[in-house]
This record gives sequence, C-alpha cells and structure tokens, in this order.
Amino acid sequence: MKSGSNLERVILSGNPAVTAELGPPMSAAPDEIVHKAHILKGFCDAANITDCQTAVVRISSIAAAFIAQREGLEPVMQMTCRDRNRIAMQADLLGAAALGLKNCLCIAGDHQKFGAAGKLKGHPGAKNVYDVDTTQLVGILKKMRDESLQEGGDKIEVPPKFFIGATWTPMGDPMDFRPYNLKKKVDAGAEFIQTQGIYDMELFKSQCEKARNLGVLENTALLAGIIVPKSAMMLKYMDANVSGVTVPKPLIDRMAKAKEAAGDDKKKAKQLQEEEGIKITVELIHQALEIPGVKGVHIQAIDWEPAIEIIVKAAGLYPRPNIPAE
Amino acid sequence: MIVGQQKPIEELWGMLKDFKKIMVFGCNTCVAVCHAGGAKEAEITASLLRIRAAEEGVEMNIEHGACERQCEPEFFMPSIEKFKAQDVILSTACGVGVNLMSSQIGDMPVYPGLNTSFYGAVPQAGVFTEVCGGCGNCVLHLTGGICPIVRCSKSLLNGPCGGTNNGKCEISSEIDCAWYLIVERMKKLGTLEKLFEIQPPKNWGTATAGGPRRIVIEHIAELEEKEENKATVEVKK
Repeated sequence: MKSGSNLERVILSGNPAVTAELGPPMSAAPDEIVHKAHILKGFCDAANITDCQTAVVRISSIAAAFIAQREGLEPVMQMTCRDRNRIAMQADLLGAAALGLKNCLCIAGDHQKFGAAGKLKGHPGAKNVYDVDTTQLVGILKKMRDESLQEGGDKIEVPPKFFIGATWTPMGDPMDFRPYNLKKKVDAGAEFIQTQGIYDMELFKSQCEKARNLGVLENTALLAGIIVPKSAMMLKYMDANVSGVTVPKPLIDRMAKAKEAAGDDKKKAKQLQEEEGIKITVELIHQALEIPGVKGVHIQAIDWEPAIEIIVKAAGLYPRPNIPAE
Repeated sequence: MIVGQQKPIEELWGMLKDFKKIMVFGCNTCVAVCHAGGAKEAEITASLLRIRAAEEGVEMNIEHGACERQCEPEFFMPSIEKFKAQDVILSTACGVGVNLMSSQIGDMPVYPGLNTSFYGAVPQAGVFTEVCGGCGNCVLHLTGGICPIVRCSKSLLNGPCGGTNNGKCEISSEIDCAWYLIVERMKKLGTLEKLFEIQPPKNWGTATAGGPRRIVIEHIAELEEKEENKATVEVKK
C-alpha cells in the first residue's frame, strides 16, 4: 500500500475499480461540487477532479478535491503540466497531501489554444509552462513519495503519499508507439492508468495485448475509459474530432435508430438516446472488464453525473466494495 | 536563420509620428532573406512612412539605409554620423540588431520595425517554419533531427501526448504533431528504441530560464582585446 487511498485499496483487493469524473465550476461557489459529490458518492471508488480541462479557468483541482473529500467522495486530484513549473507542482503536491488528498493523476493538459474547443473565450494568449512532461511528473511524484526527495534533490521531511496515476490514449496515433508510451509512464511510476474514451473494444483489446506483451499491465492498474454517449450527434462528433477516439459505425447507427424511433418528439428522442447510451455504456464496461489486464473502468458522464448511479447498478458494479484501511 | 515580420504601418506610425528626422535602417542578412527587413524593405518602409506623413500633413525627413549585419558593430558603425543627424532610428533588423544598435550609437532611440519571430528554415520560397528553440541543450540526436522543444506545442520530451489527430497537433490541423514525425523518422532510421528511454526533466537553465546568456571564446576575445590595445597605443604615439 503506497497511499492508502480507497482507489488503491479497491484495486489491490482485486475488485474491478470504478472511477468517475467531476468537473469543477467556473465560479467561486462550492455548491456545485458539493451537489455533484453527493450524486457520485457511493457509486464510484474515486472521482477525478479535472484541472482546468480544455484550458478553461475553473476552481482548482486541489481546492475542489478537498471540498469533494469533505463531502465523503474520494477525489483523484489532477495535475496538468500546462500551468505549473516543477516548483509550483511540488509545492501544490505537498499542500494537497497536507490537506489529506491521496490520489494524483498526472496529465499534459489541453493546450491553452484549445479554449473549450472554441465554445468559450478561454485564454489563447496565455503562456504555458511545460517545464516537465507527464512522464517526468510521474517520476517526480514517485521520487517525492518513495525517496523523500524533491526533484532537485532536497530532502522532504514528511513525504506526500500519493497513489500515482497517468493517462493513456491507446488509439492515438502513431498507434504502434502507444504501448511504449504507456510503458514509459508505468516505468516512471504510474500505478494506475485511465485511458481516453474507448468505443472500439477490438482495437483497444489489441493495444492492451501489445502493452501486456511488454510486461506493462502487471505493473499498473489499467482503467478503461468510457465516455457515456448521449446522442448520435455526440458519437459522430467524437469520432470525427476527438483525438484518439474512433467510434464503430454500428454504435452510431444504434443511437441514430433510437433517435429515429422518437419521430418528431424531441424530448422523447433525447430520452431514447440517453437510454441507448446507457445500454451501450454498460456493454462497453462488460467488454472492457473481460480484457486481460484491465482492472477497472473510468466512466465519464459529461454534465450528466446522475447517469453514473444507473450505469454502475446496471453493470452489476454496485454496491462498491468497502475495503477497510489497514 | 532569424525570421521576422514587418510591423503593420499603423503601429510604426504610432511609434514615429512625433519625430521629425527618421532613418529606416535595414539588415541584409537573415531578415533580408525573409523579405522583411533588408535594404529593399527598409526603402519601401521609408516610402510608406513618407506617404503617411504627407497624408497627415506632417513634415518629416525620412531617410533609409542598410548594412550587412546589425548584430556586429563593425558593420553599422561606419554610418554613425548619419545616425547622429536623426531623431530616431527605425531598425528593420531582428531584435538583436535593435538591441546592439541601441547600446552602441549613443543617446539615440532605436525602434523596432519588425517583430522578430523565430529561428526558422526556408523549406520553399516564401515559406518559413520554426524548427529550433535555441534552448542551449540540443537533443536532436535523440529525436531524429526533429526538435521537440519548439515543434511540439507542449515541448514534451517523452511524447506524444493524447492530442495527436491524424498526425496533426491538437492546436491546429495545419500543424504536424512533432512526436508523430519523430516516431516515424526514428522507425525509418531503425533507432526507435532510443525513444523507449525516459528523458529526465530538462535543465532549462541553458535556455531563457537561466537569465541572459553569454558565450565567450576566450582566446579570440583576448586576441581582439590585445589588438585594440595595440591600436590605442599606436594612436597615442
């Protein structure tokens, strides 16, 4: 046990782990975090608290994670390499550990030019940092925790005990390099991996097999990312625009059919597509958990947190295991 | 080479409108190659400013000139008397020229006529691409001759990130993903396994993060100093 976090305990117990996602608001009010925390609590082992995703200013991951934890939802604090140099990162890691946070996901972060994919103004003229990259950040966390040393070599009296995570885009190109890309993160110290949203399970399976052959999956807990589809339009959009996401045509057709079944009734079309989306998600979860080496799922119900309860129950993943701390 | 772009005439006019005697001074090296600040462009800029002054009904004396390299005093100092007759110099060199001229030609303001953009290549006439970040600690032998510092939008040393889309960068479908190029290049070279090694956090102290950089080649600097001293002694004689 490295961190003693609930997520780590569930993974070590051999139960399939479930993580969800909570996006902090563009506001100084904590209410939305509190509200979402109560919706997710009990239906996942931990929830990622995004760090200014799509390069839009929101309540910081650390502060939002602290609020979620106070409400009884275990957070996975996220840390992007975009916004902090190694001094700020380590200072924040010490602070986060002092606040009782136990999971940290290291990510590169969306480029500031990304600005909510053009939906918001964002800060495209911001200066990014990228002092270190994800693999290096993972290494810094591990060095802090296991050697009680800062990146620069100074001693840490009480080291931060984080369960260290990183992301993987298994179907991003160059696809044949992606298993090696994962290996580097795991070799650096990533103990859990959350993947980009997977719809093409066959392709994912073959990427997992390549990673397994490199001996990577025995050293980390791979959580397959599932983005809950809401509509045929969303699936088409993701297929065309989201890096590393391919959606097989039969899935798009299923959603399109659900929409068509409602005729001109827009409300019904929404409802039928959401129902189909939940069905698809449950199927994807089952398929993912059958892949050797996959230790759990990371379910992203974007702006649709109540779906997590329905999905987790329908997938037979409820109640979540209660593994007491040592 | 150093690639620059002319500042818009509106911006130049805003800088210069209160001066009476202006010299637009070009540099015939890098910025001439990128059609931004050589003798020809300095002359055109001077003409545009004259037209603008005439439109505004302002009396101004605008001259133009150029030297081979504004990054070395010996090339522009022969024009020192001409500079002294001005109220302001508009340098169409890169920022290096503006800085050096400012420090060498006395209490004369030297304004920038260009935006100095990047260290670039000229893959074809009229196209300039940023390919080197001048970070002071080159890793091109590890990355197939493709710079991850400036050609990757996130300067990743252990790329690619999750934003690669059909070989393009997440910030624009017009920008190649450097790490896509690096992986493909290393495969062709048969050196892909070099990428399996984790690159540790970079020492950015050799780049701008370490403060202003200076390189001294002592034996040459000493020789120069001796010759200067000799010259001074001879003049005194």
